[in-house]
Amino acid sequence: MKAAFLLTAVLSTAAASAAAQDTTAGHVVYTKWCAGCHGDQGDGKGAAGAYMLPRPRDFTGAVYKIRTTASGQLPTDADLMRAIDEGLPGSAMPAWKARLSEADRKNVMAYIKTFSSFFTDTTQHVVALKFSSPPSGGGDAVKLGRQFYDSIHCNKCHGADGRGDGPSAWDLKDDPGAPIFAADLHQSWRFRGGSSVEEIYRRLRTGLDGTPMPSFSDLIDQKFLTDEQLWHLAQYVRSLSPEKPPEVRDVIHAHQITGELPTSPNDSAWSKVDSYYFPLVGQVIRKVRWFDPAVTAVWVQALHNGKSIAVRLVWDDRTQSPDTLWLKFMRRQNQVLADDDTVPPALWPDQIAMQFPVKIPTGTDRPYFLMGTGSDPVYQWRWTSQPRRAVSGTARGIDRFDTLATGTGGKGTAVSSQAVFDHGQWRVVLSRALATGDSTHELQFSIGRAIPVAFFAWDGSNGEHDSRMAVSTWYFLALDQPTPPGTFISPVIAMAVTLGLGMLVIARAQRRKNSANA
Amino acid sequence: MRTLGSVAAVGGAAAGLLVLLAWVPNTTPAPHGSAGATISGKVKLTGKPAASVNPEIDMSEESKCAALYKTTPHEEIVMANANGTLGNVFVYVKSGLAADAKFPTPTTSVTIDQKGCLYHPRVFGIMVNQQLAIKNSDGLLHNIKAMAKKNRPFNISQPTNMTTDRSFTVQEVMLPFECNVHGWMHAFAGVLPHPFYSVTGADGSFSISGLPAGTYTIEAWHEKYGTQTATVTVAATGTKTQDFTFTAK
Repeated sequence: MKAAFLLTAVLSTAAASAAAQDTTAGHVVYTKWCAGCHGDQGDGKGAAGAYMLPRPRDFTGAVYKIRTTASGQLPTDADLMRAIDEGLPGSAMPAWKARLSEADRKNVMAYIKTFSSFFTDTTQHVVALKFSSPPSGGGDAVKLGRQFYDSIHCNKCHGADGRGDGPSAWDLKDDPGAPIFAADLHQSWRFRGGSSVEEIYRRLRTGLDGTPMPSFSDLIDQKFLTDEQLWHLAQYVRSLSPEKPPEVRDVIHAHQITGELPTSPNDSAWSKVDSYYFPLVGQVIRKVRWFDPAVTAVWVQALHNGKSIAVRLVWDDRTQSPDTLWLKFMRRQNQVLADDDTVPPALWPDQIAMQFPVKIPTGTDRPYFLMGTGSDPVYQWRWTSQPRRAVSGTARGIDRFDTLATGTGGKGTAVSSQAVFDHGQWRVVLSRALATGDSTHELQFSIGRAIPVAFFAWDGSNGEHDSRMAVSTWYFLALDQPTPPGTFISPVIAMAVTLGLGMLVIARAQRRKNSANA
Repeated sequence: MRTLGSVAAVGGAAAGLLVLLAWVPNTTPAPHGSAGATISGKVKLTGKPAASVNPEIDMSEESKCAALYKTTPHEEIVMANANGTLGNVFVYVKSGLAADAKFPTPTTSVTIDQKGCLYHPRVFGIMVNQQLAIKNSDGLLHNIKAMAKKNRPFNISQPTNMTTDRSFTVQEVMLPFECNVHGWMHAFAGVLPHPFYSVTGADGSFSISGLPAGTYTIEAWHEKYGTQTATVTVAATGTKTQDFTFTAK
């Protein structure tokens, strides 16, 4: 009986592993889910792939970024499964674990391997590297890691502060010649191979084959670096990003302060103001579309003083555009991207736009998020890096923006701006009076109301201008009322009451328990 | 024969374009003994390469490398020699050897040196399984990326003075190398299962010796001007001359 059970178990395991090798079934899965980007021939030339940077993987060369094997070696099956299961964050490759059955995923992995003869070449050794365990990340670990970051010149590509803005960044390309960004190390949630210290360490050991990122294993083998030092480097890189991926909160609260608003982007007052994270995605609705935005998020802080509002926008951007060096990067984009969405390289500035309705809506209706329409326009603040200034105006759809004239002869109210570019990051403060004389065209900020707001960003050096941009959806901005002094006392009372009631409940429960035991 | 005028023209262009300081002559690997036949010749270049063919290199980000050059360094894509010949042409036996012929792997290694933020040599031959010593003489960060298609590609970081050994397992002509820190750095290796190859140097000549009697297809490869082939029949000993001519574009 027991033996029969064991036999069944063995047989079913064998059946499962046989099914896992089913490249015919894998072909069906591949055609349905993968070929759109990776192409019927596995060469990464699927119809949708023509719009993507980074490019979809070309399976014919069997060169994979995320591996546990040495640079130059094939990936293990587990490496391939990981990419399929978890996807590649920060790229178009989604996680398939929740969408496809395990059998489907294993079959498609087996099928993908058939695109390259390397996987059937018996002279190829596929051995996962043995990775050590991380040393303590405490003490000077991060500081030491920073020293190695500088001494082994990670900054050449990743930049002095790790935002992917190094002096070689504009000239980086992958094996097929597509332009490629050095990773912004402050956004670990977008790391292709995962954000943990262990995963970062593995990337340092294996390199990301097919990209400019090399392997550092030889340095350890030749004792130029100790394994511990490489771990410290990984710990430093990890320390640049927040512990957890930033969460999106829908409402930006602008607290009211007394006195002058901080209008300098580096004013220390901003360090005490809550910062809100908003992801941005490529504008893919209207032509010319853009699937590969360089600005992937904006952090927003806001304050008001009852008379004016100041908004601080912070975003990572590798370049202070325009920058002639990056024309080469744009030319490389045009060589690989689909024709219908390419435009000639030119010297575009960096830009950011903040969008409001012209009037605060009373109901739930808001103008079309993509810069309104002819009949339902939006009010926008637009800042450019060159000329370095902000203007306000009316947008009536993606391709029509009318600047509101300010100063002599103009009715519009100026939007002041101050900007700083610091090692791959823009910090811009925009400010304006809450109320203006032109309520027909300009939003009148009102305290205590939920004001719809949306954001748009352009990295000029990534060929972004006009409709080639990064967009957000609508969120809200709320100008808080001044905090009455009582507010600070009532929470204390509330806490005391809650604590008292809680203790009462516990005491009662314990009495019952005691009486039950007795 | 070339006319004196065009030699002078090409020579003038070459003098302006070449970075002689960085030039290290390529040495042909020693053939097996002195037996066998030799195929030798010159690779000529007709016409005048455009001035833009070897772009200037902006080394301002690497002062240590820049300091090694008295004049602005250029990429060495077209090495137009003063005598009207073309350097950095890889000439090799493409076919004609017996299918079962085996040639021992040399015990000496081939060195590619990263010096002055350029590769030396830029074009070289190496046998299958022969050690390639990848040397960093600059002491600053280079990554060396072998963009192999038939062999496995790799990408190694060398942030200091160091040497890393690698080898290739199958024939691949040509196998490009690049450095991503310095986008102008390119090199090309001809990986062959036999020792019958040569790279033209400053006089444009090549010599392939130790060949068994037979009829061979000889190919001359240049990174910009493409390939040319010739069929050459040799006896058991003696030398046959075979020149190639590329036209500048």
